[in-house]
Amino acid sequence: MSDSPAIVESHNAAQQHHFADMEQQRQASSLGMWLFLATEVMFFGGMFCAYLIYRYWYYPEFAAGSKTLDIRLGAINTAVLICSSLTVALSVRAAQFGKRKLLVTLLVATILLGLVFLGIKGVEWASKFEEHHVPGYSFHFEPQAPSHPNTKIDPQRIQIFFSLYFAMTGIHALHMVIGVGLFAVLTFYAWKGLYNSAYYTPIENAGLYWHFVDIIWIYLFPLLYLIDRKK
Amino acid sequence: MATVVNPVAERENYLNQEYGVRSWLLTTDHKRIALLYLASITFFFFVGGLFALLIRLELLTPAGDLVQADTYNKLFTMHGQIMVFFFLVPSIPAVLGNFLVPLMIGARDLAFPRINLLSWYLYIIAGILMMHAVLTGGVDTGWTFYTPFSTAFSNTKVIEAGLAIFVVGFSSILTGLNFVVTIHRMRAPGMTWWRLPLFIWSMYATSIIFLLGTPVLAITLTLVIFERAFHLGIFDPTRGGDPLLFQHLFWFYSHPAVYIMILPSMGIISEIVPCFSRKRIFGYSFVAMASIGIAVLGFLVWAHHMFVAGMSIYAALIFSFLSYLVAVPSAIKVFNWTATLYKGSITFSTPLLYAFGFIGLFTMGGLTGLFLAALGVDVHVTDTYFVIAHFHYIMVGGAVMGYLGGMHFWWPKISGRMYPESLGRLAALIVFIGFNLTFFPQFILGYLGMPRRYWQYPPEFQVLNVLSTAGSTILAVGYLLPMAYFLWSMRYGKHAEPNPWGAAGLEWMTPSPPPTFNFEETPLVTWEAYDYGNIDLPKEVPVER
Amino acid sequence: MFDNFPLWPARASTTAGNVDALYIFLVVLSTFMSVAIFVMILAFAAKYRRRPGHAAEQIEGSTILEITWSVIPFGVFVVIFVWGAVIFFQERTPPRGATEIYVVAKQWMWKLEHEEGHREINELHVPVGRDVKMILTSQDVIHSFYVPAFRIKQDVVPGRYTTAWFRPTRPGTYHLFCAEYCGTQHSGMIGQVVVLEPSQYEAWLSGGSTTGSLASTGQALFQQLGCGTCHRSDTQGRGPNLAGTFGKPVLLDDGQTVIEDENYIRESILNPSAKIVSGFKPIMPPFQGIVSEEQLNALVAYIKSLNQNPSGAAGSPTLLPAGTQPQAPKVQ
Repeated sequence: MSDSPAIVESHNAAQQHHFADMEQQRQASSLGMWLFLATEVMFFGGMFCAYLIYRYWYYPEFAAGSKTLDIRLGAINTAVLICSSLTVALSVRAAQFGKRKLLVTLLVATILLGLVFLGIKGVEWASKFEEHHVPGYSFHFEPQAPSHPNTKIDPQRIQIFFSLYFAMTGIHALHMVIGVGLFAVLTFYAWKGLYNSAYYTPIENAGLYWHFVDIIWIYLFPLLYLIDRKK
Repeated sequence: MATVVNPVAERENYLNQEYGVRSWLLTTDHKRIALLYLASITFFFFVGGLFALLIRLELLTPAGDLVQADTYNKLFTMHGQIMVFFFLVPSIPAVLGNFLVPLMIGARDLAFPRINLLSWYLYIIAGILMMHAVLTGGVDTGWTFYTPFSTAFSNTKVIEAGLAIFVVGFSSILTGLNFVVTIHRMRAPGMTWWRLPLFIWSMYATSIIFLLGTPVLAITLTLVIFERAFHLGIFDPTRGGDPLLFQHLFWFYSHPAVYIMILPSMGIISEIVPCFSRKRIFGYSFVAMASIGIAVLGFLVWAHHMFVAGMSIYAALIFSFLSYLVAVPSAIKVFNWTATLYKGSITFSTPLLYAFGFIGLFTMGGLTGLFLAALGVDVHVTDTYFVIAHFHYIMVGGAVMGYLGGMHFWWPKISGRMYPESLGRLAALIVFIGFNLTFFPQFILGYLGMPRRYWQYPPEFQVLNVLSTAGSTILAVGYLLPMAYFLWSMRYGKHAEPNPWGAAGLEWMTPSPPPTFNFEETPLVTWEAYDYGNIDLPKEVPVER
Repeated sequence: MFDNFPLWPARASTTAGNVDALYIFLVVLSTFMSVAIFVMILAFAAKYRRRPGHAAEQIEGSTILEITWSVIPFGVFVVIFVWGAVIFFQERTPPRGATEIYVVAKQWMWKLEHEEGHREINELHVPVGRDVKMILTSQDVIHSFYVPAFRIKQDVVPGRYTTAWFRPTRPGTYHLFCAEYCGTQHSGMIGQVVVLEPSQYEAWLSGGSTTGSLASTGQALFQQLGCGTCHRSDTQGRGPNLAGTFGKPVLLDDGQTVIEDENYIRESILNPSAKIVSGFKPIMPPFQGIVSEEQLNALVAYIKSLNQNPSGAAGSPTLLPAGTQPQAPKVQ
């Protein structure tokens, strides 16, 4: 196999051999990540579909269940994730400008914010366990001061709400864990100086993933926490 | 007498470039990964086929006398799961697609070679999980996992099988992702979209379905696993859930899945027929657009599996109508292939025999789809052997025959060897006869009223069942033959030229087998696809180089 | 038809002939198309086999042909679609006045109850020429009620009612199959439908023990469970008066209007807070887990019977003294 003389150049160390040039590699990676996110939309979409159908059918139970969720913690988590998306966007910019220290700092900040989110989520789940709101044999639900004094809550249907709550927040949290892991790997390579203005595709693509997981939460928060909270 | 120096044995190619287990298990070469897949899916074909034979043996007599009822229920379940998820879905994309996509578009590899290897490892992990489930008790829910039976009543390895299918689904998502990015970004200069081989168009359409459909199956199985493991109540009516919601979510993937299984095969036919008629395909752009059309429309018809499930009449009407719509692009393809033969110059090589079998049997299977889409008739024949016959005509008479045709067509390229042609033709004939004898009686059985998934049945159904079982033994022989002579050819077969068929396409411009990096220099494409007016037939004798 | 080698089951219902007609049309069409394709392939392959001096002709395609062989098949498909839809509409629209049979499927048997109270297991006796509507539910998993000779099939789903109907046209005994896989003995869940001449059917009805009509069983339950405490036959009850309400629209407290059908009654018994009738409070306790499927069927039959006899199917219901606790009968 011989390179024709005209193509002898210094390849970027990060360029893989099957790509013609860095630009092709970057475009391919980016398209790959967008397609992967499309599959994630379909993945979460199935669950959102189930949620929407049951919410339409079992609205009173969904409203009652939603009221037992801690809206302050949910709001804090939303703010945490939005901040983390900011640090992610800034880290892409830092990589673009080759600012290694800034990049590492921002990546670490993102990880910390992600961990805060997961910690708060853990606290919320723990309280759900304590209140016996976990579907299964020990499930028990006492309606709080309801806004409709005469609404009877079906004990089966309210379990559907909590089943979907745990399934949706659980799978979201799993994606957060994967994201944190991904960023940990990126932090290591960033600290080693791998990313610069010529090559920051992994930061960009991981950033896309993180933003996506954030957007899923932006939908989850009102759908789960803010049902029938008019007052 | 001059000795013909065999140039191939000395030339470095992807097979002999490196030896050793590690060079195979850690390869990122798409061609080697294709062969890894070939071995794996063949293994599962055997397992699924064994279950099929046991089913047919049990059904020789009306009484349940070969195996117990529970065992039988596991046999048909695992036959379906293994054949669909571990053989049919990956077969053409992961073997022929992996091998050919970069070659056909003039690329050195797929866009993400390491993800390609990861796909295979995910397949293997899933396969181990599945075999473990099979060997430690099996699954008896039917491959369709309907709730609440699967979540609250079955005492078998539902979670493990569900997990296995989840993982193998992820494997196929990554394959689809790889293909789409590769086709978009790595075509050689001059290889415009309208010059792509139709096999690439069909791989592209299949990959769209991989990407958009499989995740819905993934989340559905996840919810089933949660329901079973954590007593959540999403699909179980005693816990507030709706069994029909499961069916909608399941079929939203599983209907497009059948197009995953047939589109690649159609792509193969679109390569074979022009080559052995020495003619460009009739209506190239229509065939290409029909592939995309099938992929898109295929997402809109899922509830035609649910006409008697308790859906509203109006929903049934809509899905019935859309199902007729999706039949049109398939019909277009059949007509175009047939028209390609018109005024061609035809040889009856083995690949073409398989293609003929495909076209005829796919037509029959597709036409029986019209029966099922007709609401009034579907009420009678759904959940009977009529449906079984219909989908086996498409998946076995169609997809598997296309797969075998493709394996024969590209075998010289993949292995560098020729298979014995007369045996090839014989096997194709045996497969055709065995297939029809196995499955045609099942149409009649179904209309007579024999339901599916029946371990025992009323005696008036016996004669047709005996015919079907007899056919299955012939079919088995037909399948074993190619496995035997392909293996034989790897050691004793005639060495293949770069282009033994005189076929069009970039893959035929590389040696057989190709070097690891496919092309010495990036090709520059200046010709249209299927340029058979300008391609010479190969000479008969291998030429000394 | 072809007694020694039948291609279809006996035709024993009004639907069967219609379904077979469309089927035969499709068979003829498919045979024609399959043969045509096979013949064309083989004819082209033979006529255009490779011969020296005959090169292939490079033909791009033909848009006219493509359109033709898209539009014409689609036109045929539309015809088939409409034909199938018409049959389906008939199959899914039970005629008024049909005799009702309540069916409860369970692993692995069919339990059928006639309005008059006759109970059958895995067997259904019906008279020729009378419309029969089945109201089906399952106690456990999804089953499917399939009578090939009638060309009817309907999935039987736990947690709700589905319906199917037929009118038998020929006396005889016909297979009843379960057509949705339901576990170990799915293939053993076989029964028969026995179609009798009307006189024979009357004879069958009068023989054999009954426990009273389904509606009267329901009436007894209605009293026993204390339903009459609130659902009085005047306007003073805390619950709506149920007389004459079946099949009619009901205004709910959220402004929606729904038709009171079997599924509505079922839901209102098992989970009353799902739909509250306008003007009433949501105070009815749920009976989920307290009544069995058969008891639900009886209650539904009773409420339906109030359309004919507003004061009660078998005399006026006895109002229990206020404060009486409803007894929980044994769940079957």
